[in-house]
Amino acid sequence: MEIDPFIFRLSIFILSIFVGYYVVWSVTPSLHTPLMSVTNAISSVIIVGAIIAALSGSDGVVFSSSSIYGFLAIVLAAVNIFGGFLVTQRMLAMYKKKKKDK
Amino acid sequence: MSANLSAILYLVSGVLFILALRGLSSPETSRQGNLFGIIGMVIAVTVTFLSVGNFSSGFVYVLIFLAIGGSLGAFIAYRIPMTAMPELVAGFHSLVGLAAVFVAISAFINPSAFNLGTPGNIKLASLIEMAIGAAVGAITFSGSVIAFLKLQGIMSGAPITFKGQHLLNALLLILIVILTVYLCSTQSSNLFWILIAISFLIGFLIIIPIGGADMPVVISMLNSYSGWAAAGIGFTLENTALIITGALVGSSGAILSYIMCKGMNRSFFNVILGGFGATDQTSGSQNKEQRPVKSGNADDAAFLMKNASSVIIVPGYGMAVAQAQHALREMVDTLKKNDIKVSYAIHPVAGRMPGHMNVLLAEANVPYDEVFELEEINNDFANADVAFVIGANDVTNPVAKTDPQSPIYGMPVLDVEKCKSVLFVKRSLSPGYAGIDNDLFYKENTLMLFADAKKMTEDITKNL
Repeated sequence: MEIDPFIFRLSIFILSIFVGYYVVWSVTPSLHTPLMSVTNAISSVIIVGAIIAALSGSDGVVFSSSSIYGFLAIVLAAVNIFGGFLVTQRMLAMYKKKKKDK
Repeated sequence: MSANLSAILYLVSGVLFILALRGLSSPETSRQGNLFGIIGMVIAVTVTFLSVGNFSSGFVYVLIFLAIGGSLGAFIAYRIPMTAMPELVAGFHSLVGLAAVFVAISAFINPSAFNLGTPGNIKLASLIEMAIGAAVGAITFSGSVIAFLKLQGIMSGAPITFKGQHLLNALLLILIVILTVYLCSTQSSNLFWILIAISFLIGFLIIIPIGGADMPVVISMLNSYSGWAAAGIGFTLENTALIITGALVGSSGAILSYIMCKGMNRSFFNVILGGFGATDQTSGSQNKEQRPVKSGNADDAAFLMKNASSVIIVPGYGMAVAQAQHALREMVDTLKKNDIKVSYAIHPVAGRMPGHMNVLLAEANVPYDEVFELEEINNDFANADVAFVIGANDVTNPVAKTDPQSPIYGMPVLDVEKCKSVLFVKRSLSPGYAGIDNDLFYKENTLMLFADAKKMTEDITKNL
């Protein structure tokens, strides 16, 4: 009997929860704010679904009832991707060690 | 592009996202980690374009909308002050939630574009995944909007409670499950819309009873929800990158919520069920008694610090409100010139989101190796000469260790009172968020400095 592909996706999902669990515990508490902003940015990979939705219109029709939702989702996800990664970078650039030359 | 190749590339971008989080284990590797995240995102987006393979006029519009959102995001990222980070994160969470809802709606209207069947005849598993993604996304959206409004001060930070609140929430949640079941058998679009509307309502209802200082838990929780919403959509789209990311973000937010709850010694349900500040504020003010406090001015504070050999700074949310982090850093610079050892002690729930104080200190150019967490520094208070409490309150209250009757009993606190002398910068003697008097105010070795945190810090620097 063949295994439903859903089971494979479920396996990936469960294993990723465990990976996430151990990886996040190893994050230093002083970087918890950047952690939130970067998780925010990467969860916007939902843009993948938004792009598929936006390009789902039939030939010649760019804006159908379903693709409009896709376009809206693209804008929202794009704000998050650019905003999330850039603000994380801005924060991380500020974390400096004590200068040795003192 | 073949389906197998794109699946492998999605997996690669999922792995890069794991590395992005892994990088945050130390500040040195964190910048590289962020780069991995960006690369992962670029791969995911490019692969999607190539696998759809439809470079018609729609593609141009995709790029235009991408550019609009992207420039808006970049603009916000550069303009936002570091003190507003909690609001920004809450705002971003709401966008992820809403995007998940939109993608789910689009998949429901036009399932054939996603290989999920035809309208009115969507595969059962996909329909369930879609409903979960849309519901969690909608809850994330409206919950984050309320959190954002509370953090911005547009909406009062005070908990809003009414009778039968929990019962109503429970009924609505049951209703969502029932609707999902009916949706699966009837495939009715009306049910789908009602499901989304009720989810919006739930998000609104679960966040309004939660008070201002519980925001670290709320933000972490919404972070977690946004992850589960993404994972739900990931299952619908059969997309590995989205499933991996959703699981990562979901567990990340859950862990942060746990850490925050532990920092307050409260259970997760206790925070979510809310009403903490509202009930205790009244009892706190009733028991209030007049006790003598010693208060001083900037001159006294400067004198004490000048004669100290080690100083520990305890920052809290008040420092963020007063924007005092730069003034504080100048004061510390002056102290260091006088060969005084200075370190910073940060309580897990200081501020309005996890790690809030660390970011503010980093912004003011405080080296991160001078900043310590509660467990690392708590034993040092006994050997320090001066503790300088700026904008923190409940997290220094010794009552948490001594009075089993106190609502904050058992909460881990900084042992500030063990210092030879304590300087406590505060506007007035009013109790903190928990609504209870801080015993520290009345200790022999405490000197209250009644002033705005920023102004007081500047005055002390002048007097040093």
